[in-house]
Amino acid sequence: MKVGVVVFPGSNCDHDAWYAVSHNLGQQAEFLWHDSDRVGDVDAVIVPGGFSYGDYLRCGAIAKFSPILKAVKKFAADGGLVAGFCNGFQILTESGLLPGALVRNRGLKFICKPVGLRVETTRTPFTAMAVKGQTLTIPIAHGEGCYVADDRTLDELEAEDRVVFRYAENPNGSKRDIAGICNAGRNVLGMMPHPERAADPLMGSTDGLVVLGSMVQSLAVAR
Amino acid sequence: MSAFPAEVLQAHRITPDEYQVILKELGREPSFTELGIFSVMWSEHCSYKSSRIHLKKLPTRSKLVVQGPGENAGIIDIGQGYAIAFKIESHNHPSFIEPFQGAATGVGGILRDIFTMGARPIAVLDAIRFGPLDDGTSGPRNRRIFEGVVSGIAHYGNCFGVPTVGGECAFEASYNGNPLVNVFALGVVHKDDIFYAKAAGVGNPVIYVGSRTGRDGVHGATMASAEFTEESKQKRPTVQVGDPFMEKLLLEACIEAMKTGAVVGIQDMGAAGLTCSTCEMGGRGGTGLEIELDLVPQRETGLSSYEIMLSESQERMLLVAEKGREEEVFRVFRKWGLEAATIGVVTGDNRMRVKHHGEVVADIPNPALTDAAPMYDRPHTKPMRKVPMNGPEFASRDLGADLRAILSSGDVCSKRYIWEQYDHMVRTNTTLGPGADAAIVRIKETGTSVAMTLDGNGRYCLLDPREGAKLMVAECCRNLSTVGAMPVAATNNLNFGNPERPEIMAQLVEAIEGMSEACVHFETPITGGNVSLYNETLGEAIFPTPVLGVVGLLPTQAPVSMRFKNAGRAVVLIGGIGPAEEVRFGGTQYAKQVLKALWGLPPALDMNYEKRVQAAIRQVVAEGLAESSHDLSDGGLAVALAECSFSPGNIGARMDLDSDLRPELLLFHEGPSRVLVSTANAARVQAICSAHEVAAPVIGATVSGSLTIANRGAVLIDSPVSALHHLWEGALERLLQPVNTHVRQVS
Repeated sequence: MKVGVVVFPGSNCDHDAWYAVSHNLGQQAEFLWHDSDRVGDVDAVIVPGGFSYGDYLRCGAIAKFSPILKAVKKFAADGGLVAGFCNGFQILTESGLLPGALVRNRGLKFICKPVGLRVETTRTPFTAMAVKGQTLTIPIAHGEGCYVADDRTLDELEAEDRVVFRYAENPNGSKRDIAGICNAGRNVLGMMPHPERAADPLMGSTDGLVVLGSMVQSLAVAR
Repeated sequence: MSAFPAEVLQAHRITPDEYQVILKELGREPSFTELGIFSVMWSEHCSYKSSRIHLKKLPTRSKLVVQGPGENAGIIDIGQGYAIAFKIESHNHPSFIEPFQGAATGVGGILRDIFTMGARPIAVLDAIRFGPLDDGTSGPRNRRIFEGVVSGIAHYGNCFGVPTVGGECAFEASYNGNPLVNVFALGVVHKDDIFYAKAAGVGNPVIYVGSRTGRDGVHGATMASAEFTEESKQKRPTVQVGDPFMEKLLLEACIEAMKTGAVVGIQDMGAAGLTCSTCEMGGRGGTGLEIELDLVPQRETGLSSYEIMLSESQERMLLVAEKGREEEVFRVFRKWGLEAATIGVVTGDNRMRVKHHGEVVADIPNPALTDAAPMYDRPHTKPMRKVPMNGPEFASRDLGADLRAILSSGDVCSKRYIWEQYDHMVRTNTTLGPGADAAIVRIKETGTSVAMTLDGNGRYCLLDPREGAKLMVAECCRNLSTVGAMPVAATNNLNFGNPERPEIMAQLVEAIEGMSEACVHFETPITGGNVSLYNETLGEAIFPTPVLGVVGLLPTQAPVSMRFKNAGRAVVLIGGIGPAEEVRFGGTQYAKQVLKALWGLPPALDMNYEKRVQAAIRQVVAEGLAESSHDLSDGGLAVALAECSFSPGNIGARMDLDSDLRPELLLFHEGPSRVLVSTANAARVQAICSAHEVAAPVIGATVSGSLTIANRGAVLIDSPVSALHHLWEGALERLLQPVNTHVRQVS
């Protein structure tokens, strides 16, 4: 698998995603610069965490206009795997690839800690290796991770089995404990927790490799 | 007689004697811009004029030191071709005036110091001190300052993408009007890629990069060199506003630009902004710099030369490039969307020449600003000490209640509320994060690790600055040894009151001398640091509070933490119970939290024994014998045992001690040179300690769910772990709740 890791000015989990894919997973990874209008020959795209363009206006609000995001949208429309973690999730909702929005945490404070995540569906290329109901331990690190959407959207997400992860203990006030969702085509994932931070035994958990490894496995099966 | 009225000189904090030196150095009257330049460069903050003579006493060299004091940061060789750059700096005064931005720009400033040297920052630690959160009168303000400082640190570090991996936080009434915010940063760099802040090569272009210059922070360095009065609240415009996103771009762009090979030297614009970077880069390189202020990117029109030179706008760098290769540098900055402009040229005359609209507005020999800066041997008498030698009579009625009081105090309780707001995991190197004895980050490039710790103790230093400083060095080195790391170098932040008062100056001198002696003994040279004086508000000085950051090296990446892991393990107290006496009990947390008193002397330190204890624990950890490892400090043995018990598995311990000490001293004395380990192989641990001539009694065993401490069969403390854990864990949040218990009496 060759993964393209998007780099916006202000991305700061780009190196971590690159390291997890290349060193912990043993796959290829390369960076995709924000003003590039193509993703090249990658098999999957990771939109990493950070503060794209400073995120002073609203998280992801500027990133959605970047040339690389047009290319990522096209890649997704063609069925390519796209995973957004943290700021990446915020960017994917801003750009309309995923429904809903991420707003300030309920407690109004930035929270950085490992959390329990319940796998709600294994019918995605990002959770194929998991067991439904399994709890993964993966860190969060965000100030604006409270997932909100109107009830109809939330009902739809649930009816279509598109809620991928729920928090075991809701840290930020997200509606219906939602930590991660996928699109209708099931090839675009957004999640607030950071799988790339749980990819090395030294970091206390390797549960993030379930997400990254599932992507490899799904691509191999698809070939 | 001078060209300026006395009030103008006074406002610039230039004494009449100092003005005479300016006249002599220039051979004429200074211009107004020049006066401003002298004012900031000769301020306490930039010139260390009160401390320099004493700082020379500190050890600065070892086999591993690549760069000692005098550069933006110290550098230590960590092997395999790599080095670490690190330093600590204070932002005390700005954090009092505007807590959020004051603390945020403190983080920004120290990060620039690190990446200016070519090193990518990989860790930040903070030592922060406030007035008590539940203080009857100052409580609300202390809580506001506390929340502002914590969220300011979080804002800057989180956005920049550097993990905040540790630090310390303490509360004392002496910090009521003068919080302390000391920020430490560390970065990693290949030894061939280190950059220095030197301007070399006559004719090379001087390039300005980063944020535009505005009026913010004009005279910040001078402000930071004065005591606070009621008027200080009016100084808000001298506090700068930070932009961590801009800083992140600067980091990436500078490191990329350095890789082109076209950069000759580089320095950030911190305190005293363009003035400091211009004269220091020339001074270090033995060259001069000539700049034209019209070319400096500016935020607004109508800035005077005085304002441009003294502005402390954040996120700016000055660099010298190789002539003819400017475009390679500009290309990188354009890629990152940063403004860069050639503003001058390197000259051969060792002067700082500043033009504005083509006219020379300042023309000063570099040495006049740096080497010729005033250096005072200020009078010092006996250290100020307003506390008695003997304390009150005391006899505890309930030792369990005493332990609970200490565990739920601001000083000792869990700081989770703080560090959960910090991204302490980004960059995926943090193997031991906040809340530990020392933080550990792995170095991906080498497969080894670096450990870091910050420590200070204002109470000990008030009682005896010399001994307090030694205890601080010992504690830092012990913290590192406890996690298995070899201490190798240090950086210091000296927070004191007004040095013009002989009894305050005496505190500073004694502390530096004590620190020097201990740093020599523990082989941790000081490679740089910061001095923050005039920490006084309305005539009240803070407790003398030197803060030390020490870094250590570990051959592995696997850490050991303080928490008990399994029941049924032997608990060994490496170093033994140690001696204690009441006169040396007055600076402890027991005295503070339970007796509400402060007296006597700090605990006694035997540096030779301490060093042997540290060698022993390092070997115990290296051999994989310690399932958990925690040093004894605030709150002594009882608190350390409780902290070891706050484990996910709820593993406590049952102790049966054998000591002649009275129970309060036995449980809570803070004698140094002691480390608690739990182990499956006590015999081997004791054999190692014996070889190091260190006591290592087995004092009990780990058990599930409870903490019991007895002495010779008499139970002193017996509690479920969960009850203690709950108190300790939630204390800070409880302290932050507004108190409504003060019912105003109606007369």
